[in-house]
Amino acid sequence: MANNNAQPKKAGIAGLFRHQIMIPIAALMLLVLFNLIADPSFFKITLGNNSDGNPVLNGYLITIIDSGSELAILALGMTLVTAASGGQDISVGAGIAIAGSVLLRVLCGTETSPETLHAPVIVAFLVSCLVAMLFGAFNGSLVAFFKIQPMIATLILFTAGRSIAAWINNNQLPNVNEPSFSYYGTYIPGIPIPTPFFIALACFLVTWLLLRFTTLGLYVQSVGINEKTSRLNGLNPELIKLLTYILLGLCVAIAALIKVSRLQTINYSVIAKDIEMDAILAVALGGNALGGGKFSMSSSILGAYVIQFLTTTLYKFQVKADALPAYKAVVVIILVVMSAPAVREKLSMLIKKLRSEKPAAQNS
Amino acid sequence: MQKDSLLEMRGIYKTFPGVKALQNVDFTLKEGEIHALMGENGAGKSTLIKVLTGVHVKDGGEIFVRGRENAVHINSPKQAQALGISTVYQEISLCPNLSVAENIFLARGKGIGVNWRNMNKKADELLKELGINVRGSQQLASCSIAVQQMVAIARAVDMECQVLILDEPTSSLDESEVAKLFVLMRKLKERGVGIIFVTHFLDQVYEVCDKITVLRDGKLVGEYEIEKLPRLQLVSKMLGKELDDMADIKNDSPTFKKTDDKPVYEGEGLCSSEGISPFDFKIHKGEINGFTGLLGSGRSECVRTIFGADKVTGGSVKIDGEPVKITKPRQAMKYGIAYLPEDRKRDGIVGDLSVKDNIILALQIKTGFFRPISKAKALEYANKYIDLLDIKTASVNTPIKSLSGGNQQKVILARWLLTEPKYLILDEPTRGIDVGTKVDIQKLMLKLASEGMSVTFISSETDEMLRTCSRLLVMRDRKLVGELTGDQLNQNTIMATIAGGDTNGEQ
Repeated sequence: MANNNAQPKKAGIAGLFRHQIMIPIAALMLLVLFNLIADPSFFKITLGNNSDGNPVLNGYLITIIDSGSELAILALGMTLVTAASGGQDISVGAGIAIAGSVLLRVLCGTETSPETLHAPVIVAFLVSCLVAMLFGAFNGSLVAFFKIQPMIATLILFTAGRSIAAWINNNQLPNVNEPSFSYYGTYIPGIPIPTPFFIALACFLVTWLLLRFTTLGLYVQSVGINEKTSRLNGLNPELIKLLTYILLGLCVAIAALIKVSRLQTINYSVIAKDIEMDAILAVALGGNALGGGKFSMSSSILGAYVIQFLTTTLYKFQVKADALPAYKAVVVIILVVMSAPAVREKLSMLIKKLRSEKPAAQNS
Repeated sequence: MQKDSLLEMRGIYKTFPGVKALQNVDFTLKEGEIHALMGENGAGKSTLIKVLTGVHVKDGGEIFVRGRENAVHINSPKQAQALGISTVYQEISLCPNLSVAENIFLARGKGIGVNWRNMNKKADELLKELGINVRGSQQLASCSIAVQQMVAIARAVDMECQVLILDEPTSSLDESEVAKLFVLMRKLKERGVGIIFVTHFLDQVYEVCDKITVLRDGKLVGEYEIEKLPRLQLVSKMLGKELDDMADIKNDSPTFKKTDDKPVYEGEGLCSSEGISPFDFKIHKGEINGFTGLLGSGRSECVRTIFGADKVTGGSVKIDGEPVKITKPRQAMKYGIAYLPEDRKRDGIVGDLSVKDNIILALQIKTGFFRPISKAKALEYANKYIDLLDIKTASVNTPIKSLSGGNQQKVILARWLLTEPKYLILDEPTRGIDVGTKVDIQKLMLKLASEGMSVTFISSETDEMLRTCSRLLVMRDRKLVGELTGDQLNQNTIMATIAGGDTNGEQ
């Protein structure tokens, strides 16, 4: 961030402390520190061969940047939705089931395990994008035009989404045998870094371009902070909100491609389960106000990877999958309380006090 | 304490950080009296009410209430209620999903049992006695706003109140509903209840009140019998302009010679969802005109209609003689109209955004989604206007909400000047800012007009308008009631026109 030079020099630590990206950074450092002490081999990366004999990188860090991709991509859209509408979309997990189901329906037609694909992957992907964006538009219009609270509006698809996904494929679980389809979720032969990471990077780049070369960021924040003022300055707040939900729909479709490609098939009730909570958490952990307004995209992205870091750490220490949420909750409580404005204010005041006491002590 | 007094407030003081809200204010309410509390914005009406109802605790002075020997201390709304002081606010604070009877008796039963039949019966009796046409068992939400208002009053009355405060009760009622409310108020008066009536509508004051207490700038102007205070004098006392002052009204009142045949903006039969009577309006190139009238008279609603800020429900508009459609701010901006709103906090600033972002906002929206203003350019614009308008801010990246009111106002002014409008509407740009800045803004207006910009100016301070405007449109009770130019531009004529009624002010 190019902060303006006209800014008077703020008290270094206290000023830095107030910047929101400090929250995920601090959380990340805590996790890194913990792993360094507990078992430094956590950070080891080795080059090995996978079952197909292709060279791939192995290690927990690779797992994090691999499995964190879907979450980070969702966090992009969730950040915009949160900022503009002051609420969250809880239907993204169900949305992934729908988009994934559409993807398989186009690829496999009505067969459960076709010999050849019925359509190129790109066509199937575009169709699933379209469908996911339509569902996003549905959520968005409920929020923007009917003024329904985002969580209530998206509760509809949260509840119905997975059934819709199953219905799209007549409750079949189609299987893709074409190996090239797995490239999106695993590895492209010859490249040792998992493909989802590249997809995520591409998404970050597009988002950066969008925020850099359009006024989306300003409009979204303005609408989120003061809708009335925004309208009086010529914005259409409803349209902006709708747009953020459609963009989140696009993120959902991309995440669905990765998820389905990893498995080569789909399980309607399990795929991307509870991912909406992690996505919301990523936004919160990034220090963004869940009530809307100002946002920092880079903080959200970092927030997403911190959550994945946490999950992976817990897995490494052999926390059972069904006990995972409980452990996660404890850590989340600590992180969220630490990042609450009230606590941060107290902390920065404490630091200020310490700083002002130091010179006083030197003088005496 | 006098024998027939219900309430006496003596020498009340209240200070907020930086504001002396009340200074040595006296107020007396007698038995069976409807007493109007009048004053413009910031006069101290609502502070006085809040001191009385225990929302604020007074800093000095004494309050006496009938039935108590000594001066009382009111530290909470509950204490005020125990002393028989009840308030009905503009916003109805009842529970719409409960029945009328439940609302009347809510949270007042002793013990935990409720005798439903008894409660409904008692409610029906009370409502009948007060002439409110509604059954106790009816759900409150199904009643009209007026009836809900009256139920709130019934609740207050049943709490054996002796002092009833009605804070702007009529602002959301139509004429027949207001009449019904007045019938109820007179009934209560007969029962000996003292009513403090806060309103902006002059006609209503003269229709129903016995006495008027006028406040201005936190000080008591005086208490008057209604018969002895003609409207004209009331207005002059509220605005703080003595009628004799008219003599020294300057002769150099701005004159304006139009240089074009077609007005920059011309509207006919404009009206909006905010309930103003249809009005005609036009402005020429380089002209400064203004809307005047008391608070709530509809002056802001007029300019909001011009800008499309409220829902426009009728009328036709011509820009430079070409018929156009303006129903949204976006369209108004396209034709070069800019609007600085009255309520800076609600409609003006985007609080968390930086001064820089706030300055470029309107221009950015005008330029379009795919053409963001570059960082360097934005910085240049921001710095230019920070210098030009002398905006005091720590940096261009400071959130606007941490600036003082006057500086926030300048930022919003900068925002609109940056769009280089043809026609600039300023709604109370000088409210709550220091004298120096006020003069700056007036000078700036005159300069802009001399460069060919058209300006519409609204201010509560009439002399500001006299100094700048060559034409004044006078509003009363949401109607355009007069247009003053040339010699008519003086305090007396303006006040007479604002007051209307028993004066010859109708032009």
